[in-house]
Amino acid sequence: MGHRTPLYDNHLKMGAKIVDFGGWDMPLHYGSQIEEHHKVRKDCGMFDVSHMNVVDVKGAKVRDFFRLLLANNVDKLKTKGKALYSCMLTAKGGVIDDLIVYYMDDQWFRVVMNAATRDKDMAWVNAAAKEFGGLTVTPRHDMAMIAVQGPNAKEKVYQALGEALRTPAGALKPFHAATVGELFIATTGYTGEDGFEIILPAKAAPFTWQMLHEAGVPPIGLGARDTLRLEAGMNLYGSDMDETTTPLESGLAWTVALEPSERKFIGREMLDRQKAQGVPRQLVGLVLEGKGVLRNHQKVMCNGAGEGEITSGSFSPTLNRAIALARVPAAVKIGDRGTVDLRGKPATVRVVKYPFVRNGKSCI
Amino acid sequence: MSNIPKDLKYTKSHEWVKPNADGSVTVGITHHAQDLMGDMVYVELPQAGAKVATGKECGVVESVKAASDVYAPVSGEIVEANAALADAPETVNKDCYGAGWMFRLKPANKAELDGLLDAKAYEALVASEKH
Repeated sequence: MGHRTPLYDNHLKMGAKIVDFGGWDMPLHYGSQIEEHHKVRKDCGMFDVSHMNVVDVKGAKVRDFFRLLLANNVDKLKTKGKALYSCMLTAKGGVIDDLIVYYMDDQWFRVVMNAATRDKDMAWVNAAAKEFGGLTVTPRHDMAMIAVQGPNAKEKVYQALGEALRTPAGALKPFHAATVGELFIATTGYTGEDGFEIILPAKAAPFTWQMLHEAGVPPIGLGARDTLRLEAGMNLYGSDMDETTTPLESGLAWTVALEPSERKFIGREMLDRQKAQGVPRQLVGLVLEGKGVLRNHQKVMCNGAGEGEITSGSFSPTLNRAIALARVPAAVKIGDRGTVDLRGKPATVRVVKYPFVRNGKSCI
Repeated sequence: MSNIPKDLKYTKSHEWVKPNADGSVTVGITHHAQDLMGDMVYVELPQAGAKVATGKECGVVESVKAASDVYAPVSGEIVEANAALADAPETVNKDCYGAGWMFRLKPANKAELDGLLDAKAYEALVASEKH
């Protein structure tokens, strides 16, 4: 038996197929993963993401700590509630995890990290915090997290959880959060759709889930979560990047703040060197021209430019064809063709810019 | 709980086989198989006229999660493939024993059908795989 979120019984009652995900018993789907995917693109759906690791870091110098710990620069966080996506790197520039950090107040930052990397993340953050000094690091095991995503998600949240949320939550720009009573509501997500991610007391989660369901929000499993994020061109830790890759090789250059050059952060030397010498590999999108499905770890022959590998491959329900993220040599260009071995048969893929889908619409 | 109709025959590789009045057999994949694979997105079937051999792959089902071969339950010649699955692979999930059938084949040797599993034996196989 794995770890269970406060919503485990709700999932069973709703007919979830439960699978192990990084040591957690999580819902894969509640019947059909593809139907769930379409619901989120066309209407809305809710995800139990309580397995994610919510950690509060407090102290007088908390901002200085994150300035050192993260590849992105928390000095971009100027207003309370603002969120920042960043990688946390090893000294050699490899990605330990990707995360979202929220600026709560001058002495309090909240971080949301991945579930499967919890142990190594906590070891890293605790060690760094100890060396830095003057900080408390508190994992919020008392909290649950529910994401409600889709074009109608916000409206359904107001209907389900109260009109009182409409003004404070509705006013939030993308990548911001507000605390409303016991709810921490953020305009973040992992689907490429509008919506909220809500951090709330674990005890309140089953009831809140039920209220959302009664307002017509269907539950969505991890299966659809993966195809939604892939269409949205969002990286998955452990597939698209890990400690053997830098953010610059993982399509995450936009999350690395090399300016100002005097800011020291862990892993910086390697990124500066790659920037100066040229990044050898890049993450690109692939679209399969024919039938079949692209899968993780398939090799991609990049006509004359060498060999690459699919890091996330699947079937896109929105586009009704196979898509993938792949790490390929730097010389590969958008529009190039490549070849993937699909169960013994060569299949042609086209290199595209991702995201593949944004706000329900094809981008390719 | 898997749905295993009593009147069908089964293979260890999770195909079901239904004998027809004209001597042919209809073949599909079981409820257990489609449940393990999840939502189907692509089905590749043999052509009518193709000769198939017992236990050899003669088609592919691909889901969001994985690809799997479909094996010929007995040797023979393909009479017809279910063309409707090309545009509606999800039929395999929705109605695996009905509209989600995959192909009909004319067995080369009818005695081979006796070697297939009955519902009870297949149920035991499914149960053993769950442990």
